[in-house]
Amino acid sequence: MRKFWDSSVGKKVVMGLTGLVLVGFVLGHMAGNLQVFMGMERYNAYAKLLQEDIIEITWAVRVALLVSVVLHVTAAWQLTRRSWDARPVAYALREAQVSTYASRTMRWGGIYLFLFLVLHLGQFTLGWTWLFPEYAKGAAYGNVVLAFGHPFWVAFYLVAMFFLLLHLFHGTWAVLRTLGLAKNAAEPLQRRLPLIIALVVTVGFSLVPLGVALGFVR
Amino acid sequence: MKLDSKVPSGPVKDMWDKHRFEMKLVNPANKRKYHVIVVGSGLAGASAAASMSELGYNVSCFAYQDSPRRAHSIAAQGGINAAKNYRNDGDSIHRLFYDTVKGGDFRAREANVYRLAQVSVNIIDQCVAQGVPFAREYGGLLANRSFGGAQVSRTFYARGQTGQQLLLGAYQALEKEIARGGVKMYNRHEMLELVLVDGVARGIITRDMVTGAVEAHVADAVVLGTGGYGNVFYLSTNAKGCNVTATYRAYKKGAAFGNPCFTQIHPTCIPVAGDHQSKLTLMSESLRNDGRVWVPKRKEDCGKKPSEIAEEDRDYYLERKYPSFGNLSPRDISSRAAKEACDDGRGVGPGGRGVYLDFADAIKRLGAKEISERYGNLFEMYQRITDEDPYQVPMRIYPAVHYTMGGLWVDYNLMSTIPGLHVIGEANFSDHGANRLGASALMQGLADGYFVLPYTIGHYLASNKFEKVTADHPEFQAALEAVKTRTTRLLGVKGKRTVDSFHRELGKIMWEKCGMARNAAGLKQAIQEIPSLREEFWKNVNVPGSGGELNQSLEKAGRVADFMEFAELMCIDALHREESCGGHFREEYQEEGEAKRNDDQFCYVAAWEYAGDGQAPVLHKEPLEFENVHLATRSYK
Amino acid sequence: MSGTMNITLKVWRQAGPTAPGGFEEYKAPGISPDMSFLEMLDVVNERLIEGGKDPIAFDHDCREGICGMCGLMINGSAHGPSKLTTTCQLHMRSFKDGDYITIEPWRAKAFPVLRDLVVDRGPLDRIIQAGGFVSVATGSPQDANALPIGKLEADEAMDAAACIGCGACVAACPNASVSLFTAAKISHLGLLPQGQPERYRRALHMVAQMDLEGFGGCTLFGECMEACPKGISIDFIKRMHGDYIWGAVTEKPEKVALGSG
Repeated sequence: MRKFWDSSVGKKVVMGLTGLVLVGFVLGHMAGNLQVFMGMERYNAYAKLLQEDIIEITWAVRVALLVSVVLHVTAAWQLTRRSWDARPVAYALREAQVSTYASRTMRWGGIYLFLFLVLHLGQFTLGWTWLFPEYAKGAAYGNVVLAFGHPFWVAFYLVAMFFLLLHLFHGTWAVLRTLGLAKNAAEPLQRRLPLIIALVVTVGFSLVPLGVALGFVR
Repeated sequence: MKLDSKVPSGPVKDMWDKHRFEMKLVNPANKRKYHVIVVGSGLAGASAAASMSELGYNVSCFAYQDSPRRAHSIAAQGGINAAKNYRNDGDSIHRLFYDTVKGGDFRAREANVYRLAQVSVNIIDQCVAQGVPFAREYGGLLANRSFGGAQVSRTFYARGQTGQQLLLGAYQALEKEIARGGVKMYNRHEMLELVLVDGVARGIITRDMVTGAVEAHVADAVVLGTGGYGNVFYLSTNAKGCNVTATYRAYKKGAAFGNPCFTQIHPTCIPVAGDHQSKLTLMSESLRNDGRVWVPKRKEDCGKKPSEIAEEDRDYYLERKYPSFGNLSPRDISSRAAKEACDDGRGVGPGGRGVYLDFADAIKRLGAKEISERYGNLFEMYQRITDEDPYQVPMRIYPAVHYTMGGLWVDYNLMSTIPGLHVIGEANFSDHGANRLGASALMQGLADGYFVLPYTIGHYLASNKFEKVTADHPEFQAALEAVKTRTTRLLGVKGKRTVDSFHRELGKIMWEKCGMARNAAGLKQAIQEIPSLREEFWKNVNVPGSGGELNQSLEKAGRVADFMEFAELMCIDALHREESCGGHFREEYQEEGEAKRNDDQFCYVAAWEYAGDGQAPVLHKEPLEFENVHLATRSYK
Repeated sequence: MSGTMNITLKVWRQAGPTAPGGFEEYKAPGISPDMSFLEMLDVVNERLIEGGKDPIAFDHDCREGICGMCGLMINGSAHGPSKLTTTCQLHMRSFKDGDYITIEPWRAKAFPVLRDLVVDRGPLDRIIQAGGFVSVATGSPQDANALPIGKLEADEAMDAAACIGCGACVAACPNASVSLFTAAKISHLGLLPQGQPERYRRALHMVAQMDLEGFGGCTLFGECMEACPKGISIDFIKRMHGDYIWGAVTEKPEKVALGSG
């Protein structure tokens, strides 16, 4: 176990597996969020379901997600450190040839996503009033409408979704290769399904703040 | 000096079995007490080092490159012969033996060649077991192709990278032994001197090419697998680093040099493009399976585009002169025919030194896809170098120096005239006589390393007592001193000309006077010119930097200095051999344009003994007897 | 092609492993487009020596794209601008008159500079030593045709085995990862029946060794595949991961046999 975690491949596998958990989560979370377009009642009932009726399951999921995030971020941080150490003298000139913008922004984008995650939880789940004074417990729908009434929160959210798009575009493609599961391909760098997943998730999430900002949800 | 070939008695087909039984063995527990030095990590060196380590010997292996995997065996493209007869087309050990002796124009030792043919089948088995990805049929069995000079399909191959794959197999076996501790590998180390104690090879002096440290290495036996000396011509298909230094230093210590003038000129290389040319690139001979060689019939047509020359105005000279072998005629014959056509003024391309190798018919017959499957990587390589597309226009090819059949003389046990000094692969005078057949070099290197030397070295070690010797021994100290003095001398000249400029000039002399065709007048002239060039070298060479650092100019200077001396020996040998045989073509000795051998006077191996600086080398003759393949004029008509 | 060109080089110069290094500029007039890149450097070096200066040290040997000895970072890409081409097979016709060319050595902690453009690639050999072989000793194995291997499997193994060990994958990788090299050898042997008995053990040991040498990890940028002169696919990295995972899951402790002999 120790040897596995210490190896660069082992850490990548941990990142891949936890990444898969998180992809599953964002898909579900997005589907849940879209219920905002079905009216306040429906949305608040959904929130109540999660936070009261099946709270035990919710906690189990929360723990799994928390563990996943911690492992994902720790492994990413350690691998990044190794990469930086592996090339102490930088090239004076290096031209990226085929690597995607998405792959090159995994690290900085990941940091933003992590920050977003903390603030997002503080804003909507933990109810940090220093951050979001209008927060009202139990009024999930109202919180969404109030939050995205602020252009700042809309922008903060949409930027996060942009990085999520990139993160998923590279991550969902890379994960099958990291786990040794993908099929051989004539053009291994070509990817279609990852683009679809990334777009669905990002557009799905973005509809909520945009819906509020543009007045479809009020 | 007495040349004792130590060929066992009895029928040739039983000799190796008999000899293996008669040789002494080293007790398994004692093997690790013996230290063997292997210089070179190509097919011969790597396979020998790995195999001896597996047996239990304590081995040190030296390579001038940064890894044993880079030795020039890696560049062999076409394949490796073995008498497996998987094709059911009439092959046998005897036929491979026969083809090799005949292909070598009856200048090889029968007993060695027979053994080579015998162990050829084991090589394929061994390489497959190591994971060498040979080409396969859909049924899963090994694929074969035919190769120049043979009428059976006995060549095994791995795309156009057979040498690479075989070397990687041997390299992996070597790395396995390095990891186990049986072999100590010295990369970026160059052997600069052989050390004899009481007349027996007991070690070498090397230079660490990174730090410049000159070091002594002591052993109980020394094995040279240091390749050929084709770079004496400056332009050759050899790697830039290939050199004669190890074998030439051994020669100067008393090892006889066998047939130094036997050089193979490969017919299918990319022609020289300009003065800047640093090396020549070979296009695999397998191309001749489907390509047709031609030149215009008339000189006036040479400037035209090939597509503008009508079929009836083309001279498919190989098909015309040698109808039964045609484009697959042996290398020496094909090369000379190309030279004749160009000398006749019918050469094509810049400078008129080139002939066409045309795939138009093959593409029509088989389709471009099939041709690309067979030769795709070669076509790409050709296009990369020449900027011409061989699917559209015929390739231009010209012969180039490729392989040297000559090398240190060895007996049946692969031991030179210096006791304890064994020589394997291209570095020995080898089993190829005066001409090597395609796909036989890989076979010989691996045969020596995997299946011959591991037996014979045990016999040598078990038959002799070894006094304990350390690097403090006066012989080692003297050799160290000699190497340092020489380095200081090279660095001290501080003249005006670069090492390369001397090397180019030497190469020009050798190519013109000791190349594809030789004559007494030219050789005598070369023997005059080389010493004066050498003199100028030692007066006017400029080697920058110091000896205590990575200094590529110094490395080159040492090698070129040895080439300058060795070139003279080659010319002396070529001059003395008043006949034409194989790769050695003396213009005075021909019959209707074909080589004319003189078996009455020259049916021997010429082994030259060093007699001191400024002294003429002494010729020793090992007479060759042909009891199984009868002396005959080699005809491919 | 006719006519020559004038180019300017910016080359990394470093006298020794511990000496400080820096860039120097050299004018290279009169370069023929038919020259290979290394022949162009030969010309520059001849002129440097004639001018009383130290020539630029660079590794090279076969000059036909197979030994893997040469390798330079040319204008920010490993082995220069041509695809599937080693530095020695790159020709000056890929450049144009007036070009400014930056030449650097491979950069990685595991590949220390020895001098100028020469680096130490010893770690690649040590990765092979960790398990990049089939443990058979020279002897009398079964007949080669006793082990049928499908053409497609043999071809795929050959695709992986084509690696020349030049280190361009490491040089091009933003992480300085050696995954493509390691994966190529693991896949070459792992795809063949001869390599099966040691397949997973090999993957575990070789991956451990590549980490030990101080290379970075793989994040699937894909730059290695693009830089590889033999076009080795990153599919093999996926295969290495699969073998590693299976090896780690099924790993058994290696027992010391007692009572033998």
